[in-house]
Amino acid sequence: MKERHPAQYTVKNRCLYIALLEDLDQHNVDRIRARLDALIDECGSNELVFDFSKVSFMDSSGIGMIMGRYRRLLSRNGIIRAVGVNPSVARIMKYSGLYQILRPEFAEAGMREN
Amino acid sequence: MNEIVRKPAMRLWEMQVDDTQAREAAERPEAVHKHDNEVTLRFPALSRNESFARMAAAAFITGLDPTLEELSDLKTAISEAVTNAIIHGYRKGPGEIRMFLATQGMTVYVEVEDYGEGIFDVVKAREPMYTTRPQEERSGMGFSFMEAFMDTLEVISTVGTGTLVRMSKTIRS
Repeated sequence: MKERHPAQYTVKNRCLYIALLEDLDQHNVDRIRARLDALIDECGSNELVFDFSKVSFMDSSGIGMIMGRYRRLLSRNGIIRAVGVNPSVARIMKYSGLYQILRPEFAEAGMREN
Repeated sequence: MNEIVRKPAMRLWEMQVDDTQAREAAERPEAVHKHDNEVTLRFPALSRNESFARMAAAAFITGLDPTLEELSDLKTAISEAVTNAIIHGYRKGPGEIRMFLATQGMTVYVEVEDYGEGIFDVVKAREPMYTTRPQEERSGMGFSFMEAFMDTLEVISTVGTGTLVRMSKTIRS
């Protein structure tokens, strides 16, 4: 079965923009993680922007992935933002404490369907 | 002389299926189906079935007219349970997952069962942020999510035999 890759990546300067195309569960997270880490290393990113506009569902696997990337970026003072977060994904982020590590102003902007 | 007897590969449609329950259900449905509505799904422990499992559950309860939030709660809990079965229960290899869904009045009952490794310490496993595999960036929040987003959660596990997760949620909309 041929499945499309669940994300699209765009690099601008040292900012890596990740347009998530599918639900963030363990299946998709496993497919995203390796490619994302390769790109982070390749372009020395210190800023990640996750675009959640097309994501209707996220579970704890998605939380784990974002926290893991946060730890990776921590050593180079990087930041992580989330945009286009829908209310049900936002609930999961709030409940898990993920909002504490996402840049809050952008997390809020995401909630307003920025 | 040793003779090697080769069993022919068995095809799905040639397999002996135990349909006792199905036959009984056809004759006396009230004896087998104890809820208003119920369904049992069996599927291989493949990660791509995580989305199938939660979408099947969402479709099953549409009749109760849940809010988007309630629907999302149920989908999250099921996704966590099925993911656990795949990455922990069947860590060492393939296996089968049984998912049972039922509605009684406005309450949804869910069972997710695997026949894999089992959990050594269920109390510890249910602690928030606890994970047996931090190196793989598991957030350790699976059971916390199930607990937070459902009304009840019961975890029955035997090492070497498997794990049964039982949850319920009443739709209040």
